[in-house]
Amino acid sequence: MFFSSTLRSAVSNAARHVRSLHQTSARAGAGGLFVHRDTPANNPETPFEFTPENMKRVDAIINNYPEGHKAAATIPVLDLAQRQHGWLPISAMNKVAEILGVAPMRVYEVATFYTMFLRQPVGKYHIQICTTTPCMLCDSDSILEAIQNKLGIKVGETTADQLFTLTEVECLGACVNAPMVQINDNYYEDLKPSDIEQIINELKADRVPPPGPRSGRFSCEPAGGLTSLTEPPPGPGFGVRPDL
Amino acid sequence: DLLCGTQETPKKTKFGPLADQDRIFTNLYGRHDWRLKGALRRGDWYKTKEILDKGVDWILNEIKVSGLRGRGGAGFPTGMKWSFMNKPSDGRPKYLVVNADEGEPGTCKDREIMRHDPHKLIEGCLVAGRAMGARAAYIYIRGEFYNESSNLQVAINEAYAAGLIGRNACGSGYDFDVFVMRGAGAYICGEETALIESIEGKQGKPRLKPPFPADVGVFGCPTTVANVETVAVAPTICRRGGTWFLSFGRERNSGTKLFNISGHVNNPCTVEEEMSIPLKELIERHAGGVRGGWDNLLCVIPGGSSTPLIPRHVCDTVLMDFDALIQAQTGLGTAALIVMDKSTDVIRAIARLIEFYKHESCGQCTPCREGVDWMNKMMWRFVKGDAQSAEIDMIWEISKQIEGHTICALGDGAAWPVQGLIRHFRPLMENRIADFKQKQQARA
Repeated sequence: MFFSSTLRSAVSNAARHVRSLHQTSARAGAGGLFVHRDTPANNPETPFEFTPENMKRVDAIINNYPEGHKAAATIPVLDLAQRQHGWLPISAMNKVAEILGVAPMRVYEVATFYTMFLRQPVGKYHIQICTTTPCMLCDSDSILEAIQNKLGIKVGETTADQLFTLTEVECLGACVNAPMVQINDNYYEDLKPSDIEQIINELKADRVPPPGPRSGRFSCEPAGGLTSLTEPPPGPGFGVRPDL
Repeated sequence: DLLCGTQETPKKTKFGPLADQDRIFTNLYGRHDWRLKGALRRGDWYKTKEILDKGVDWILNEIKVSGLRGRGGAGFPTGMKWSFMNKPSDGRPKYLVVNADEGEPGTCKDREIMRHDPHKLIEGCLVAGRAMGARAAYIYIRGEFYNESSNLQVAINEAYAAGLIGRNACGSGYDFDVFVMRGAGAYICGEETALIESIEGKQGKPRLKPPFPADVGVFGCPTTVANVETVAVAPTICRRGGTWFLSFGRERNSGTKLFNISGHVNNPCTVEEEMSIPLKELIERHAGGVRGGWDNLLCVIPGGSSTPLIPRHVCDTVLMDFDALIQAQTGLGTAALIVMDKSTDVIRAIARLIEFYKHESCGQCTPCREGVDWMNKMMWRFVKGDAQSAEIDMIWEISKQIEGHTICALGDGAAWPVQGLIRHFRPLMENRIADFKQKQQARA
């Protein structure tokens, strides 16, 4: 009996360790483990303060909402905290709760619900690849493979130099420019595997390539040439009813 | 008047292509200046004061006459929806909320409006807000659209600086504010009550309706949630007349629409076309046709991922509007076409969609939280063929138990693709199951 209970606890401990090997950074942040466990890098004492410039932004955000509804600013202010710090330690969430006068649990609820809030550190360049059906039909698999081969990491992992984190995300809303990825705030669209390799090279050299389609077109027009809006747009007053 | 003249004037039978002069979104492809100067040159903010001065009833009547139906997927008559707010104030301010949380797979039309033609949206907010007696508009834009929201905020600042919104908007004596709120990555926040919850700073979990947002909405005040495209076409309808808008498309399906054509076409693109245009003409004229020719077409998802797919023989003749697609047992939704050719593993495509819905479910109600996860697990086994034939009927039954029994329409949106797949591709699923069984037996 003694044996089997130690065996059981040893197995479950090992399982927990194995699970923690798989729960790599960004995977755990977005849709992964929802329970917070204090670690030396992420606990209520982790230093976090808004810079004075960002505090001004916080006040501007709060002013967007009616009196008595400061809680409405939770999402924008958490986003600001994440932009300042790179990710969201629990102390940042506590700080936001303090500023907005809400219970910390309300902020934890919001931070765990939305996928863009990262509760574990990410690399300098967060590569988010869309693999939902419209992108999958346009061969996002080959782009994912190209990224994995180029960087040597799998989905959810960060490169050893802390430069790149790769995550798989749901539809990013650029389906006519499939396949595409989002790196930090920019969309890189109309990709071929050689394009994404080029983009990663640029980022390694510390140059951020301009966002947008890589195939030569400007945005969402048909690549074979304009089939609509071929004439210059009409000016003000065109077609306006006479009784205005 | 076109409405009383339908007996004398022959009904229109040919729809599309649209002439450039009838297009509303003249800077769809971003070739011209999107800022205030460029917008003014293209006719935005022209006689807005006069429109506002005409008053609430006039604006609502124009929208009703135009036959505009919601462009966010549900297709509810807009004139009727906006008039729900037309009741005397009980002390609470009214709000307009613009749903720019474009997350439906296949859909990418609102992004073009917001980054290339933001002033249409801002003017639309003002006109729609005036029609509802709203105090302010909140534009809820998805968090991933950082650059688009940046363009929108710049345009809003320009509009404030020029006195077009804010105190005494356009000199009409009406005060109106416009705020941008960025989301943080949740498809479910595109549902109107979840969006309201998100603006209030909570988790984006939908509310039960009733009470409807027109009674209790954001911050407890009467609210109307409208899609970007619906709001952005409102000023042009008021300027050029509801009857002009009504002249496009079939009866009860009027106007122009932004179509997104993605997937296995030669030139995927976004294009503004007339409603009721035949699907075949839309794909061939604007997207360069299906890859490998029309005969290489397998099926099309016509209105974003929540609408059931339609097979080749239906695609040959169906028109792109609300009623025709409902008759084909699908829906227009957001008019986001996902085209699949014969090289597609359609079971895998639908399985990936169900995985999308599983990730995006908010988890509130059991049929969606448990049922969609269950369907997802089954669908990935169907991709391999590792299933029994009777499980096809089982997944149909599960989808029927989810559909209509959830708090919001995400459950329906997850159930319909599965139903579309089984309705049209059951033999393919059965074959795959038989092949897998054969391989297993061969190995054993």
